[in-house]
Amino acid sequence: MSEAGIVKEKDDPAVVFRTRGLTKVYEMGSVTVHALRGIDLELSSGELVVLLGPSGSGKSTLLNILGGLDTATGGEVSYLGKDLTKATERELTEYRRYHVGFVFQFYNLIPSLTAVENVSVVTEIAVKPMNPADALAVVGLADRLDHFPSQLSGGEQQRVAIARAISKNPSVLLCDEPTGALDSETGIVVLEALERVNRELGTTTVIITHNVDIAGMADRIIHLSNGLISEVTKNTAKRSPQELHW
Amino acid sequence: MKALDHKLWRDLWGMKGQALAICLVIASGVCTYVLLISTMHSLNLTRDSFYSEYGFADVFASLKRAPEGLRQRISEIPGVNQVETRVMANVKLDIRDFPEPVTARLVSVPDSGSPLLNRLFIRRGRQVDPSKDNEVLVSEAFADAHRLIPGDRFGAVINGKWKTLVVAGVALSPEFVLQSRPGALSPDYKRYAILWMARTPFATAYDMKGAFNDVTMTLSPNALTGDVIARLDELLDNYGGLGAYSRKDQMSNRFLSEEFKQLQRSAQIFPTIFIAVAGFLLNVVISRTVSTQRDQIAALKAFGYDNMSIGIHYVKLVFVIVLIGIALGLGAGIWLGRGLGRIYMEFYRFPYLLNVLKPSVVISASLISILSALAGTLYSVRRAALLPPAEAMRPEPPAQYRRIMLEYLGLGRILSQPTRIIFRNIERRPVKTALTVFGIALASAVMISGRFSSDAIDFMVDVQFRLHHREDMTVTFTEPASGKAVHELQSIPGIEYAEPFRSVPAQLRFGHRTYRTSIEGVRPASRLYQLLDLRLKVVDIPPSGILLTDYLGQMLGIKEGDMLTVEVLEGSRPVLQVPVAGLAKQYIGLMGFMDISALNRLMKEGSAISGAYLATDARYQQQIYRKLVETPRVAGVVVRKEEIKNFYATQAEALLFFTFIATILGGIIAFGVVYNSARISLAERSRELASLRVLGYTRGEISYIFLGELALLTLVSILPGFFIGKGICVYVARALESDLFRIPVVIEPKTYALAAAVVIVSACLSGLIVRHRLDHLDLVAVLKTKE
Repeated sequence: MSEAGIVKEKDDPAVVFRTRGLTKVYEMGSVTVHALRGIDLELSSGELVVLLGPSGSGKSTLLNILGGLDTATGGEVSYLGKDLTKATERELTEYRRYHVGFVFQFYNLIPSLTAVENVSVVTEIAVKPMNPADALAVVGLADRLDHFPSQLSGGEQQRVAIARAISKNPSVLLCDEPTGALDSETGIVVLEALERVNRELGTTTVIITHNVDIAGMADRIIHLSNGLISEVTKNTAKRSPQELHW
Repeated sequence: MKALDHKLWRDLWGMKGQALAICLVIASGVCTYVLLISTMHSLNLTRDSFYSEYGFADVFASLKRAPEGLRQRISEIPGVNQVETRVMANVKLDIRDFPEPVTARLVSVPDSGSPLLNRLFIRRGRQVDPSKDNEVLVSEAFADAHRLIPGDRFGAVINGKWKTLVVAGVALSPEFVLQSRPGALSPDYKRYAILWMARTPFATAYDMKGAFNDVTMTLSPNALTGDVIARLDELLDNYGGLGAYSRKDQMSNRFLSEEFKQLQRSAQIFPTIFIAVAGFLLNVVISRTVSTQRDQIAALKAFGYDNMSIGIHYVKLVFVIVLIGIALGLGAGIWLGRGLGRIYMEFYRFPYLLNVLKPSVVISASLISILSALAGTLYSVRRAALLPPAEAMRPEPPAQYRRIMLEYLGLGRILSQPTRIIFRNIERRPVKTALTVFGIALASAVMISGRFSSDAIDFMVDVQFRLHHREDMTVTFTEPASGKAVHELQSIPGIEYAEPFRSVPAQLRFGHRTYRTSIEGVRPASRLYQLLDLRLKVVDIPPSGILLTDYLGQMLGIKEGDMLTVEVLEGSRPVLQVPVAGLAKQYIGLMGFMDISALNRLMKEGSAISGAYLATDARYQQQIYRKLVETPRVAGVVVRKEEIKNFYATQAEALLFFTFIATILGGIIAFGVVYNSARISLAERSRELASLRVLGYTRGEISYIFLGELALLTLVSILPGFFIGKGICVYVARALESDLFRIPVVIEPKTYALAAAVVIVSACLSGLIVRHRLDHLDLVAVLKTKE
């Protein structure tokens, strides 16, 4: 699936993701886990959405399916009208390569590469990527280009991860507990970086968290519990990360 | 892929210890392969080029005496190309300042200068001048051993007459690449020489004018060697022919071929072991790398790297290690090849050594290494590539442990917690444990098989020179003499006891199988020459019938009680029927043994003897030599002690070389396997070990858990290592078995001990290196990182 392969849905061009009755079941040893029990969801272009829920609610599973890291057991999920449930392994790889930026809770930086090299890992395989140094500048790390992950603080590492995620100019940015491993002060710096990317580049952003306070910066808050959407709230009083504290 | 390549180099640097250990194992494999194969190729090429440039003959025959006119009839045999007749004689030499007996084979060269066949390479000096009756060319090895240069003189007894010979030059011949006295264990450059003299003066001195007693020939390309030999034997029969033989059975060439066979076998066995170990180590290391990099792989896949590029990334990692190993191995192999070539040149006298490194050797060494490395790692690489990203993102599930057998047996109580951890770990991964044990076992096996030849040779020498031969000196006569000659010998001061022997050249035949050798007639209840049964117990010679060397019995397919046909190749050449009385053990050569009087009766020759075994008083050695040299009928004297000494002197360097290499290589394998296992367990378990430290365990206690496992595996591996080592020795010994020698599978306790010691020392060394890391575990950092 190349970029050109994505056919935009005519009826609603603003919808990036659409899921219908999405389910995910997996076996954990002898136990069957119903991670998702039927999710109906639409995410619009440029939106910053926070997925809230306790652990085990299915947030990460949903995010992984949206990002093409995992496949659904049932239901439908489409990205810009393209059905991801029917995509081959190869198509999913290309989807991730050209359209999705990931930020993980534990950063998942490659320890043997410097900050700028970690970003290059992505820019080298992307179409029309940012300059890695520019991407790092966006997250405020212009002076840390040649540091190895072990020489960076947790917050800095997470910002490298964000720079890496945005450097390919992705259409969507999927963040799984981006501040989960950070203290609140550092977490806010990271969230600022995310907010800035969303605002300045217009990247559709999904942030997973179990921290209710972070929801304050979202356009929309989706509550998950036990594999189902329990509540969707539109945030009318959107706050900037600096105003958040926990 | 630039950033990924950075990762590759840094990952490699991060695992440099392990990578280096693997590189060394691969290098060892490539090195031994290149060393052995290219030495074989070099010697082969050198031999072939020497043979063809210097006209090495195809067929050889010795006889008593034939008129020169017979030459024409020989050349008329269909298939014969060029014929050259020669005069040959065994002579005694008297070298100044060297009081020991020296014998030589004197070979005629045509008066015209260069022989037609078996031409000489003149290293120093010039051709002999046929107008001078005392000029000789001296074989290089002998000249070197005695520092003889053109112009030097030494004494010789030719046909019972004393003569002073002058060295005209120093020469080499394709016929005597290996200059070994017939029946000797190894070349003896100090006591055995090849000399060449112009035909006319030689024939005059040896009463061979217009006659010859040796003939060599080349054959036309499509001649049937067997037919030519049969026709030649027929022709020479009336002239005391001793049986013609082809190049294949020519002594020097024969030994060379056996050597090549040995190199070839070794080149199959040793590199295979190394490459297998390397494949295993790479598998272990890459599997571990892949599992520690699960999250990185997941991230890369999340960014859109496909399976192929991730697979290629790890394959590249393997390639770098393998290529460095290959490069090191090639370098070391070529370098050591020079050394080995030099050692062989001491043994085998070629005028030059053509060093070749065939591209095919480099290519096959590289391909074998690469393919086996890939075979060892492909599974892990594939697993890395196929890991679904969402799953890879999750930490690896905790390893599954079980209670161990001992615990089920109710013996768990006797185990401390740390010991329990050790055993559960070993039991958890039976395959990995078995492979580790197998890998370490191969280390001792390599050591044992590398040192085995040294042990076997010790044993052979012991059997040959301490059990079989017990005399101080052996005297051989130029012609069979009467039994009275023994009394003459015994009258020489210093000779305490003399025991006669009779040696009759013969062709032994049973059914369609034949073998040419000699029958040794020995005195019953001999004190100086003992026969050994198959269990190496001394047996007496039966009053009638013949004992055969066990291997000769096998070759002829004959057993006790069968009737053996003996075609005597001496005197009136009778054909006799002799019952086989049994088999005797002998590691060197093949022979028949009979009671000397029974042999004399069969030969209808009274009390003829060919020589005598002597027990002498060591204080009179020199006087005895002198006296024997001066006795005309004495053709040669061999001193047993000197022969043993010389044997070890000539072998020493080669044995040292192989033992040294085997020790290094065995050590590399042991180190490589143990070090890699240790590093990997450390990586897998640093968190667990750090947790124990936090709980209050001391460094010593966690080292026990960690290194205890390795120590246990190392110790467990030693016994299987001995068995595998012995198995390799049996294979090598069987493969090299020939009528020239049979290598007994004897492995000295000290070889086992050394193998075990090298393995244990290497294991301790790698344990120490890892222990150093263990002592520096950063408790806080380890606990902070996620699984």
